[in-house]
Amino acid sequence: MDGDPNKSDPQVEPVESTGITIRLDGFEGPLDLLLYLIKREEVDIWNIPIARITEQYLEYLEMMKDLNINVAGEWLVMASTLIYVKSRMLLPPDPAAAEESGPAEDPRTELVYQLLEHQKFKNAAQMLYTREEVENAVWQKPPKDALEDEEVVSVTLFDVLKAFREVVKRFDAQRAIEIAGEEVSLEERMAEVRRLLLARDTILFSSFFDGARSRQYLIVTFLALLELVRSREVWLYQKQAFDEIYVSKGKSEEGGA
Amino acid sequence: MDIDELVPILEAIIYVADDPVRPEQLKEIFPDESYDKIESALAKLLGEFNERRGGMAIREIAGGVRMTTRPEYHEHIRAYLKTKPNARLSLAALETLAVVAYRQPVTLAEILAIRGKKSSSALKTLLEKKLVTIAGRKQVVGRPILYATSREFLIHFGLKDISELPTMEEFTELAGEQQ
Repeated sequence: MDGDPNKSDPQVEPVESTGITIRLDGFEGPLDLLLYLIKREEVDIWNIPIARITEQYLEYLEMMKDLNINVAGEWLVMASTLIYVKSRMLLPPDPAAAEESGPAEDPRTELVYQLLEHQKFKNAAQMLYTREEVENAVWQKPPKDALEDEEVVSVTLFDVLKAFREVVKRFDAQRAIEIAGEEVSLEERMAEVRRLLLARDTILFSSFFDGARSRQYLIVTFLALLELVRSREVWLYQKQAFDEIYVSKGKSEEGGA
Repeated sequence: MDIDELVPILEAIIYVADDPVRPEQLKEIFPDESYDKIESALAKLLGEFNERRGGMAIREIAGGVRMTTRPEYHEHIRAYLKTKPNARLSLAALETLAVVAYRQPVTLAEILAIRGKKSSSALKTLLEKKLVTIAGRKQVVGRPILYATSREFLIHFGLKDISELPTMEEFTELAGEQQ
């Protein structure tokens, strides 16, 4: 959204292929159209040529109806106000009333005040727009990591052992045959964990054991994780006690576990 | 404690704070120090810090103080962060917000009268974004809900308090100029 609201043409939302009626953008109302017409015609707001403006207002209203725009009640209220003011302008001033209360009031006055009031708020909206633009151009220290906001619980050795026991149990239950040989080294698994954590900040502890083909693989992976925790390269946490364990990149000064 | 001792501590607290730091919060940390002293230390910090004309500023926002980058460096910061500008409020929302800010507490019917069009969806957006809050009910028939701007509004627009907004008369002059 950009541009000066005071200068924008009344915009109509494009007709949607399925829609039968369309809605005017919430920003545009009858007062906006009047201000637009007054500016376009470059007329003095204190001396609005009411007949001309009324005619143009009604033309726009017709156009909106032709386009199947759902013309809300306030548009019709304004149309009748304009027609009323126009007819009052045509009437000669009542000499009796003039004697009582001095010169007759211009029938346009109330409308003018309403328009000026509306223009003031459009200007105020413009001021807020500018302020927001400035505020969007400043940063404050980012809030701490979402991770820490989640009230992380540190993991005890017992939690880790319990999680590992479950991994082994699941492996034993699923495995059909154990493929012997093809040994994996501690260094290889440590490198793999580091590699995975480069791509993602946080990984579920149990997912490191997915696709394991031997108990040896499980044990080496487990030792690799423990080794990385010891060297503070990774840390383990839970969102609450006894919950799933997550593995995250270590933070040198605040590593958990 | 000496004011000169207090100043760097306040600076450190303002740096770590996620929200504008209010004097009342500082008073809790320094119960032995008077409000006057805390306020003087804050004023001294703001003066010294902002006089440096560095990349950061300490600004008075929503009844507190907050450390932010200076707006003039936004292009470089954005290039570094590789982020796009934030989503902006629609003009309909801004106009509704202007009515709430200057006429608060205000009812939906009063907003409609000023804007000359339905404003409920714009108001809903503002409530969802917590820029506007419910400030009770008007003691008239039907007891309509009254709306007012929130603390989040002050933060969003970088205002110290609501009186920092230009007065409505200033917009009258503008409206006159634009005839």
